[in-house]
Amino acid sequence: MRVGPVGFRIGSDWHAPIAALDALYRDYPRPEFADYSFRLEAVSPWRRRVRPSVRVAGDYWLPDASPLPLAQGLLAAEMGMNLQVALGHRRHLLLHAAVVARGDRAILMSGVSGAGKSTLALMLSHRGWRFLGDEFAMIDPDTGLAHPFPRPVSLKNESLSLIPEGCRTGPLLTGTPKGDVRHVAPPAAAIAAMDEPARPALVIFPRFGFPSALSGLAPTETFMRLTQASTNYVAMGEAGFQALTRLRAQVPAVALDYPDGEAGVAAVEALWEAL
Amino acid sequence: MSAVRTLVALLRDPRRARAVDPAHWTEVLAVARAETLAGTLAYRLEGLALPGEVVGALAEARIDAAEARRTALWEANRVALALRPLGHPVILLKGTAFVAAGLAAGQGRAIGDCDILLPRPLLDHAEKLLVDAGWEWMKSDPYDDLYYRQWMHELPPLVHGERGRMVDVHHTILPLTARPTPDAQALIGDAEVLDGGLAVLCHTDMIVHAAAHLLADGELAGGLRNLWDIHALIQERGMEGLETRAAHHGLSFAVDRALRLTHALYGTTVPARWQRLTMIDRLYRCRMMAREGWARERHKALRMMFYIRSHLIRMPLPMLIRHLWIKWRKGKAATGSG
Repeated sequence: MRVGPVGFRIGSDWHAPIAALDALYRDYPRPEFADYSFRLEAVSPWRRRVRPSVRVAGDYWLPDASPLPLAQGLLAAEMGMNLQVALGHRRHLLLHAAVVARGDRAILMSGVSGAGKSTLALMLSHRGWRFLGDEFAMIDPDTGLAHPFPRPVSLKNESLSLIPEGCRTGPLLTGTPKGDVRHVAPPAAAIAAMDEPARPALVIFPRFGFPSALSGLAPTETFMRLTQASTNYVAMGEAGFQALTRLRAQVPAVALDYPDGEAGVAAVEALWEAL
Repeated sequence: MSAVRTLVALLRDPRRARAVDPAHWTEVLAVARAETLAGTLAYRLEGLALPGEVVGALAEARIDAAEARRTALWEANRVALALRPLGHPVILLKGTAFVAAGLAAGQGRAIGDCDILLPRPLLDHAEKLLVDAGWEWMKSDPYDDLYYRQWMHELPPLVHGERGRMVDVHHTILPLTARPTPDAQALIGDAEVLDGGLAVLCHTDMIVHAAAHLLADGELAGGLRNLWDIHALIQERGMEGLETRAAHHGLSFAVDRALRLTHALYGTTVPARWQRLTMIDRLYRCRMMAREGWARERHKALRMMFYIRSHLIRMPLPMLIRHLWIKWRKGKAATGSG
């Protein structure tokens, strides 16, 4: 299947993970050509049936990654997709960030796992913002545009209660290495528009669970934070450096602390109005 | 046609690319990545009118290869700087040598470690200089360390503390325990000096080394890539004097087989006597092409055979038994202590 500019071929020793993917990714195209191939494999032949255990093997994979139980096969597939892109993709500078847009202008929300970027992006996508992705911002090194990579949002633990009514969701996966996880498909309009890039207009570094606070960032600090947020900055060589330098020079950046989702959404929208 | 056959056919004749359908491209690309030939393939196919998404994926492989080249040349530059006090040029081997010498074999080639060759008497000094300049020994145990120093053709691998890149310092091109004993002095003496304190093996020695690496050392993993090196070297600069040189190094058997295989797979221009495969050659070809469309390995028994062979050609049997016994006991001790 294809998500934004990337096609995946996913194979599995079992039927269940493929069926779960098929349902969750119902609205995505199924092209014949895939950029990356990977498989969900049993760690050994007998572990196909006895306490079935899944590992990812493919174009790009980590030999010492710990396997997951078959019930979490969907999570393994999501990790497989992340791995292919994080380790293989060179056409765009990748930033670990959620991206939403109004019209053709985008906000990049970059932060570590738990900073709340997925939750913010999902909430904003149900308030009239176009969802471009919650995992990677893909910056074209030639144009500076952010290309959508709108995979389903993975929500964890306390944010599970924030899933809006009527969303297409995957099964609740309990006891994963990240706690309880459920995947939420983006709005159909976001998938339909996944070939339309947007120009970055604001970079936010959100932090969930802190008293509301807002501070501008010096260009040098923005640059450092963005290099840390990129999975392929070094591998892209000079093109990566140029893309990051341009982003930092043209787009304002702020650090935003927020106590809860509602306050976060309000703060992001206030920042947008003030641009 | 299987994806690995298509890969070989495309490397041999890029014009066949237009007949490949999108679903098969997915397989070919997966197999090319597994064989570390994606960059090579991408350069071979550059400029052909292919489906847009395939062009995009191949462009990506070229970006990767260009970065591998840049990183490898920088690493060679750093190694040469650290070893300047030796007063001897640093002879680059394999991928780094190909890109440093600007050879077609380096186009799109994946490059891992920085492999270099130095005269054996300089090795102690070289090791000290590298450690002073920031290279570190990988975590290793005394047996492995001693084994390297006593029996191998290289120092235990050193990794740079900041850049994380590995340098392998060789004093010859095969383990001392292997039966053939290449003439290391001739390898070093006839090396061609480049700028910047660097050098590369002479043309015929490059081919002999590639053949030795492919057929006299190891289990043929990545064999298609190593064989492509030989093809590209011969297509670019011929094979004059190769037979004599191979005989001089005691590696005629490896070079002969490499020539027959590279002609059979890639259509390399070789004289008639290397244009027919023997029965055993066919086993080698089968082993080198043992991958299916998901790039998974096939022919388990054949692979195992070549794996065992790789150990038998590396050292005499009694020594192998002792080595495996020690390794096995260490493995048990490690799992036992958790």
